[in-house]
Amino acid sequence: MEFEAVIGLEVHAQLSTRSKIFCACSTAFGAAPNGNTCPVCTGMPGVLPVLNRKAVEFTIRTALATSCTVQRRSVFARKNYFYPDLPKAYQISQYELPVALGGHVDIEVDGGTKRVGITRIHMEEDAGKLVHEGEFADAQASLADLNRCSVPLMEIVSEPDMRTPEEGGAYLRRLHDILVYLGVCDGNMEEGSFRCDANVSVRPVGQEAFGTRAELKNMNSFRNVEKALEYEIRRQVERIEDGEKVVQETRLWDANAGVTVSMRRKEEAHDYRYFPDPDLLPLIVDDSWIEELRATIPEMPAEKIARLGRQYGIPSYDAGILASSRALADFFEVSAAIYAGNPKTTANECIHWKDAVIAGTLSPETIAHAVEDRERGTISATASKKLVELVLSTGKPFRALRDEQGLTQVSDTSALDLLVDKILAASPKEVDGYRAGKAGLLSFFVGQVMKESRGKANPKMVQEVLKRKLG
Amino acid sequence: MAITREEVLHVARLARLSLPETEVERLREQLSAILDYVKQLDQLDTRGVVPTSHAIEMGTPFRDDVVEPFGDREALLANAPDRQNDCFRVPRIIED
Amino acid sequence: MANVPVHEWTLLEAARRVREKEISSRELTGALLARIEALDPKVHAYITVLPEAAAADAAACDEEQAKGALRGPFHGVPIGLKDIFCTRGVRTTCGSRILRDFLPPYDACVAEKVLGAGAVLLGKHNMDEFAMGSSTETSFFGPTRNPWDVSRIPGGSSGGTAAAVAAAMCFAGVGTDTGGSIRQPASLCGVVGVKPTYGRVSRYGMIAFASSLDQGGPIARTVADAASLLGVIAGYDRRDSTSLDLPVPDYLAAVERPVEGLRVGLPKEYYEGDGLSPDVRAAVEKALNALTDQGAIVVEVSLPHTSFALSTYYLVAPAEASSNLARYDGVRYGHRAEGASGLIEMMSRTRAEGFGDEVKRRIMIGTYALSAGYYDAFYGKAQKVRTLIRDDFMKAFESADVLLTPTAPTPAFRLGEKMDDPLTMYLSDIYTIPCNLAGIPGISVPCGFSTEGLPIGAQLLSKPFREETLFTAAGAIERALPLRRVAPLEG
Repeated sequence: MEFEAVIGLEVHAQLSTRSKIFCACSTAFGAAPNGNTCPVCTGMPGVLPVLNRKAVEFTIRTALATSCTVQRRSVFARKNYFYPDLPKAYQISQYELPVALGGHVDIEVDGGTKRVGITRIHMEEDAGKLVHEGEFADAQASLADLNRCSVPLMEIVSEPDMRTPEEGGAYLRRLHDILVYLGVCDGNMEEGSFRCDANVSVRPVGQEAFGTRAELKNMNSFRNVEKALEYEIRRQVERIEDGEKVVQETRLWDANAGVTVSMRRKEEAHDYRYFPDPDLLPLIVDDSWIEELRATIPEMPAEKIARLGRQYGIPSYDAGILASSRALADFFEVSAAIYAGNPKTTANECIHWKDAVIAGTLSPETIAHAVEDRERGTISATASKKLVELVLSTGKPFRALRDEQGLTQVSDTSALDLLVDKILAASPKEVDGYRAGKAGLLSFFVGQVMKESRGKANPKMVQEVLKRKLG
Repeated sequence: MAITREEVLHVARLARLSLPETEVERLREQLSAILDYVKQLDQLDTRGVVPTSHAIEMGTPFRDDVVEPFGDREALLANAPDRQNDCFRVPRIIED
Repeated sequence: MANVPVHEWTLLEAARRVREKEISSRELTGALLARIEALDPKVHAYITVLPEAAAADAAACDEEQAKGALRGPFHGVPIGLKDIFCTRGVRTTCGSRILRDFLPPYDACVAEKVLGAGAVLLGKHNMDEFAMGSSTETSFFGPTRNPWDVSRIPGGSSGGTAAAVAAAMCFAGVGTDTGGSIRQPASLCGVVGVKPTYGRVSRYGMIAFASSLDQGGPIARTVADAASLLGVIAGYDRRDSTSLDLPVPDYLAAVERPVEGLRVGLPKEYYEGDGLSPDVRAAVEKALNALTDQGAIVVEVSLPHTSFALSTYYLVAPAEASSNLARYDGVRYGHRAEGASGLIEMMSRTRAEGFGDEVKRRIMIGTYALSAGYYDAFYGKAQKVRTLIRDDFMKAFESADVLLTPTAPTPAFRLGEKMDDPLTMYLSDIYTIPCNLAGIPGISVPCGFSTEGLPIGAQLLSKPFREETLFTAAGAIERALPLRRVAPLEG
């Protein structure tokens, strides 16, 4: 029997606000234990939450960028459970009425486009961190650091629309790009700013009903998500083929062993007793606010790749690299506007100097001038590279350095004639050899001329002059 | 509406309240009496009635995304029954 | 006025005399601290008294005044706060063992405002544990007694505040009211208590019982005192999302306004039951006559869902409380059980040891009402009935400006009388609860005494943010019925 997988992903993205979602503590990573806390986020008696406007705006922008319907009225609810990393013993989240519903993102798979539905997007607060003394199993005590408590999170729940680990990976990357593009999440998976849980089940091809699903957690990179999905799908299929049943459970991905492991925690039946948080009123979002935010949505990666290809005639592979960073793509477009001569070369240059571009240490003029000078034969490729490096190390303008360093190529035909004559006169044997048919000797002459010119001769023109003279 | 002993124990567990055996029956009776009383609400037809969570009708206000550090970590930790390395220390998390 | 002992002055009188340097804050505060020392062993209105801090603060007030600076309208006047308001560096217990040694690193908004107005904090008043009770008997620190008859309860949960005000152990205090916890003890102790509109007074730093119902408000010996104190504590606070950004009117000015033409509604359901004592009925009638004698008009109104209010309240409040009180888990502050072998045991035993019976009972009811499978039948249903109750009031206020009702069905009962029967105890809040569910303001004003000499109060209710109307009507009753406000209690 053939099986297919059904995959839905839940992404928890940390919103890039400066302060927490319900209090004014910093969200900065790496503070001293409990250094970013206050009475509100440590759940002291009588204190109250007040919603961070920026967190709402970031969530609405995400909703708009993923074609969700922003809800005019949504409600914060309390999710009640006891744990030492949850100071109030409830997490403020959204439950029945989330801020956004029903969107989608398009992904590229097997040369085609596939649409993955988004069920909902809601806001919630993060919990703190527990450090165990010794190994978890025999730890005598745990230490609670509440710095992360109330850091704003956005949960994006997909429809179970994906069928392969590759689709899962493509969806995650696309969503990641969108959030980073919007500037609403830094996308750092290692620090936990972008986390993903997966719901996976398998069913015989052709069957409509879903199989029993497992929830996968603890996957901290795109690659691990794909690997975990691959493993889990295989595991479930094997179980069914062995005549056994898949159990509904939560499984942790063990990246070292390359397997998913049942949490096997004897959990009391979850009963979170959700109810509307009486300390917060409904979140009301009006049309003018939505429109104001819609105006701030930049072009999304997929649209950008397509447009760059169309507008500049660059290969979609290159457009993809450029579009992987909003800063890089913007840089490219500015450079290509300054020198419109050859966008393909400009694209290559931007990709070559990607790190410096993203770090903000290069100006678009530098790349535009480098490309233009090369195109016009004023400098060589080698000189161009050397000059850009000099721009980076000295901060001086590209053309000033070019003149100062004397790296302008000799493209003047009469000057080249003199150089070529000199070389040919000094190498009679090679001249004879070439004329006798050893065409490979041309590069020997070019090399000699270049050497004589100390790299300043325009190699293309040198070739032309040589060919003419050797006739 | 009588609630069972098991329900009392389940709810106590959810609420993290350890109950001595001697209290279970008394609590069961009291809770049953209270629940019996509140079941009078069933007499009312509330189809189509919008629930009230707040007596006031307005949207939640916002704060600007500005960091204002509390600035006195020691005061926050000072009430802790057990602390270590500026963290709150709790007994091991074991299954039961 | 010359013969009136210092402690019997009104809040406004005391403030005026300090301001006009007829008495120093030190003397005034000293007189009240002496009164507390003499009487509180009998009444037990305070959980914490702050003799040194109060004396030092009074001295500071005097010094500042000598330099020409006044802190505010209550400069140098000693008051007390219910021990539910967090006070920075001053133990705040909420009447519970679980917070027996809790030192908040912040002030409640109410505390900030009262102290900012220049008041000197004498101490923290006793209360039912987490404000859950109607008699102040559920306090971990022992019951408060009614200064009019120390064998009786003062009402609750703000019983300590009402008793302290009635016994003249402070000029006024601030309590909280979730289902009648200001008005019912004010009524039982013969003083004035105001439950403002929900959102009028910030809840920041006020330890939560039921967040959608809780509201802080003044308890004082005169309507004018209550009005001026509300003027100080009311107002917008950006730290409380349910606080309303509306200007605070001059409440004091409203007290003297005439009631001519005021439409006084008598909700018939409040007078129908057989639980209403004849003494209370007679006293409330006097209050009504006081109003009609001054030109108010009587209208009959109906609040048809009144009989469902208690059930609604005993689902909504415990549900919210079960969640609000979950933070007392022994991790970050408060009591922690000794010797637990694991986390779950530590938390469960901490809470079992730290909470009293009534609190545990309500946590259990609330947890049950929210739990899977029961939400719709209990909590969800109660929220819908809450809408019906609120609609009743809004309809009644189309024909009436204020509603006049008894505050409590009977005068103060004896200690221990209702402790073993939670449902009977709950019935003592039957007239006060609907107001909290609807979020409207209410006041209890003294209107007479029972045949046994126990105080009786009348309750007035109005539309949201019409506290002024309450002060006008209460002021008229007070002028027509001059009643003794300080309990005849000797040290």
